[in-house]
Amino acid sequence: MGVISLILGGCGSPPNNPYPLEEGLQNILYTSFEERPKHLDPARAYSANELEIIAQIYEPLLQYAYLQRPYQLEPLAATKLPTVTYLDQKGAVLEDNALEPTIAFSVYDLELRSDLVYQPHPAFVRKDDGAYRFHDLSPKDLEGIQRLQDFGAVASRPVTADDYLYQIKRLVHPEVHSPIAEMMADLIVGLRPLGDRLALDFEAREGKGSWFDLRPYPLEGVEVLDAHHIKIKIKGKYPQFRFWLAMPFFAPMPFEADAFYSQPELKAKNITLDWYPVGSGPYQLTENNPNRRMVLERNPSFHEDLYPRIGEPKDEALGLLKDGGQRLPLIDKVTFVLEKETIPYWSKFLQGYYDASGLASDNFDQAIQFSGVGQAELTEDLLSKGIHLDTAVTASIFYLGFNMQDPVVGGLDPSHTRLRQAISLAIDEEEFIAIFMNGRGVPAQGMLPPGIFGHLEGEAGMNPVVYDWVMGGPKRKPLAEAERLLQEAGYPHGIDPKTQQPLVLYLDTTMSGADDKPLLNWYRKQLGKIGLQLVLRTTDYNQFQQKMANGNAQLFRWGWNADYPDPENFFFLLYGDNAKASKGGENAANYKNPEFDRWFLAMRAMDDDEKRLEIIQKMQAIVRHDAPWVFGVHPKSFSLRHAWYRNYKPNLMANNGLKYLRIDAALRAERRAEWNQPIFWPLALGLFLLIALLWPAWRAYRLRMRSKAR
Amino acid sequence: MSAYILRRLLTTVPLLIGINLLTFVLFFVINTPEDMARMHLGQKHVTQEGMAKWTHERGYDLPLFYNDQAEGLDALRKTIFVEKSLGLFLFRFGHSDAGRDIGADIRQRMGPSLAIAVPSLIVGLLLDISLALLLVFFRLTYLEVWGAALCIFLMSISTLFYIIGGQFLVGKCLQWVPISGYESGLDAIRFIILPVLIGTFAGVGSGVRWYRTLFLEEIEKDYVRTARAKGLSETRVLMVHVLKNAMIPILTVRSMPLISKISRLSAPWFS
Repeated sequence: MGVISLILGGCGSPPNNPYPLEEGLQNILYTSFEERPKHLDPARAYSANELEIIAQIYEPLLQYAYLQRPYQLEPLAATKLPTVTYLDQKGAVLEDNALEPTIAFSVYDLELRSDLVYQPHPAFVRKDDGAYRFHDLSPKDLEGIQRLQDFGAVASRPVTADDYLYQIKRLVHPEVHSPIAEMMADLIVGLRPLGDRLALDFEAREGKGSWFDLRPYPLEGVEVLDAHHIKIKIKGKYPQFRFWLAMPFFAPMPFEADAFYSQPELKAKNITLDWYPVGSGPYQLTENNPNRRMVLERNPSFHEDLYPRIGEPKDEALGLLKDGGQRLPLIDKVTFVLEKETIPYWSKFLQGYYDASGLASDNFDQAIQFSGVGQAELTEDLLSKGIHLDTAVTASIFYLGFNMQDPVVGGLDPSHTRLRQAISLAIDEEEFIAIFMNGRGVPAQGMLPPGIFGHLEGEAGMNPVVYDWVMGGPKRKPLAEAERLLQEAGYPHGIDPKTQQPLVLYLDTTMSGADDKPLLNWYRKQLGKIGLQLVLRTTDYNQFQQKMANGNAQLFRWGWNADYPDPENFFFLLYGDNAKASKGGENAANYKNPEFDRWFLAMRAMDDDEKRLEIIQKMQAIVRHDAPWVFGVHPKSFSLRHAWYRNYKPNLMANNGLKYLRIDAALRAERRAEWNQPIFWPLALGLFLLIALLWPAWRAYRLRMRSKAR
Repeated sequence: MSAYILRRLLTTVPLLIGINLLTFVLFFVINTPEDMARMHLGQKHVTQEGMAKWTHERGYDLPLFYNDQAEGLDALRKTIFVEKSLGLFLFRFGHSDAGRDIGADIRQRMGPSLAIAVPSLIVGLLLDISLALLLVFFRLTYLEVWGAALCIFLMSISTLFYIIGGQFLVGKCLQWVPISGYESGLDAIRFIILPVLIGTFAGVGSGVRWYRTLFLEEIEKDYVRTARAKGLSETRVLMVHVLKNAMIPILTVRSMPLISKISRLSAPWFS
């Protein structure tokens, strides 16, 4: 037993510590990844799990202020927010308050910081003659090289405006497949012709495996004035462009990295730009083994970046301003461990081996209880461990859409509208949240989630078609109201007068698993309440997409996650010209209301002022009345963290929050030791039981031996 | 002997071709390249052109088996089947759709997987054989009856229960070892103990019963009677003669999990 405890125990650290012992008191954050991120290339990465990593490495031009609410932008690689100049068709400068139709182009003028330097990387290493040492590797050079560190030499260089230009060109690189390529090609002047030209030259080039240098190709819309000054020219007026500038799509990309990683021999070793990013941010990816773990370490050449000194009024009391003025990042190393299952993650979180955790439904009841007033609270057990709960309503919406081209549910005339309103009323989202989301959501009152400009709290923000304001809160209207609407729609008690049978509606869905059954049945029941019959048409994801693209669906469930905190990013989902069926846009409901569209165009290019707020309320009123969606749910995110995990504030827009976090490693080591005392007495018990078992065997053996001797 | 080995090797050829064809049909005919493109390009802002580009770049827009656009032999060569599927026979796994070299990934995952598979195999083999020999030794006593009953009991519990139960008991309640994770080097022991223990324990019921049957079958044979007649002790008969002969079926069956473990290493890339 002593031996075993010695093997397991090491020196003083709990034997169940899953990390190397020497890391015990180091300033390391531990978190996990469930699935290896598909792309770490800033021109491609778009999923949350990809951004979680590369946003710490690449620095786009702007970022979201960490503590400020509502969300606002601040410069990151730029020295200040961009100044925008409007030009008319001939290129003459217009007044700032020029009317939108006269504006043909907007020019974003960006001054860049001069102290940005790339992380040390082999791609920058030069030989004595100035040529790049590792850009022309032969198979012999690559012997013994498995990881980036094996090159044995690194160098660095300052970030220049040309690198931003290079990255913008990469958005239309034929091999990169940037998810925003089409969108940006329509927006940035000259990007579409460039993309077409690149596609031709790429097909025709000689030496297929070699580097396709983008530098010689000019891009009309982007002008590099000097090493730290760049101008981007976009079509029309599109103020939301500034939000795109805060995404890694607009991070600098050194051509050296592109050249280096284009070597086919490196691709065969999984050393590619998609796996080993090269950025100027607070961290660099030093270990990338997607089969075990990924490690971010402090970038030694990171420029000066300070923790914010001001935040929201309540931040002071929460201790979020204590580190004001400190140099970032505050944590030396971040380890992402591959953890595929939620149960081990949760257990390790409770043992103190993960610093923060989300909440899966498996462990929800163990962690959360609801107080008398319906407020989510931590259980005693977790509170006694000093765990904190942070909740935030996400900037997203899940909804049930009607296909407005459908002859039964579509159409803006009163009777079809009544039918949709009746259905909106019958589907009890409060019940949905309670049953299927553990209370983690708020019913949507319109298109905009809280935290987005234009969202109103209280009675002013209520959907009057579905709710009444009762005793200081919204209350769903009684079912009788839905019955009345249905009657007016021409379906008394849900009976279709043509067939004398209940009206049959079809829900197209990709959900077909056993787990989804209760949910689908729930929908069926909701419509059943007002006498309608719901038929589920389950298809696979592809067929579903095809149906949506052809406009053949009737009812469908969909969701939207905001790209940026602007009402435009939600309202465009119902803008007529974005119709999915005819234009291939994101308006899956194929909704088209000329009045809504007119307001949308006006609102889109406005600054956040009183007038915009007014227009937004008008638009909300229109869609509430027309009900092209059953406004579903804004999900709420719940996250837990240990007492030693500091400076955390839920920020649903910024992905680069890691640099602000602080870990109290001493407190963590103390708590881990306290919580992880191995219990060895069952080992002794087991040994005793084994002997007890062996005793009859021994006796039988003796007996048999003796009987043989006879 | 060599003729036998050669014959066995030759029979695997049509088998492998059959498997190759079948997986090809599953991955390219039933699940079309367009499906794959949609899955890989994500949910937002995916256009038809984007998908066409994606399939073209990977060569998934070629015909499946016969290319009527190409001349001569190229009509067969410039097809998805030849370019994507036949290379597997030469251990040329190519790149996964996410752009990773599959061969390199398999090599990387081999270490940890074998670190668990090999000890599990050895410990399991030793334990199962010893227990089975004991049961055979005590045949026709109450020990054998109860031992066999216990084996059936252990066999009836699902492996998943052993895994979750083991993690819960050893990892969470007793806190002896980490619940999950891996480190290279000597420290790996702490991570390997639990999976090896669970693997051994989960297999002990069926293993012991299976070996016991083999031993009992052996023990009825003539050479055993001869050995006994020569006056060899029961222990010696069992440990030397019976064990040696029973090892043939044991090793054949026991090496199967190891092989399936290796083949499973590559599985994630086909999903």
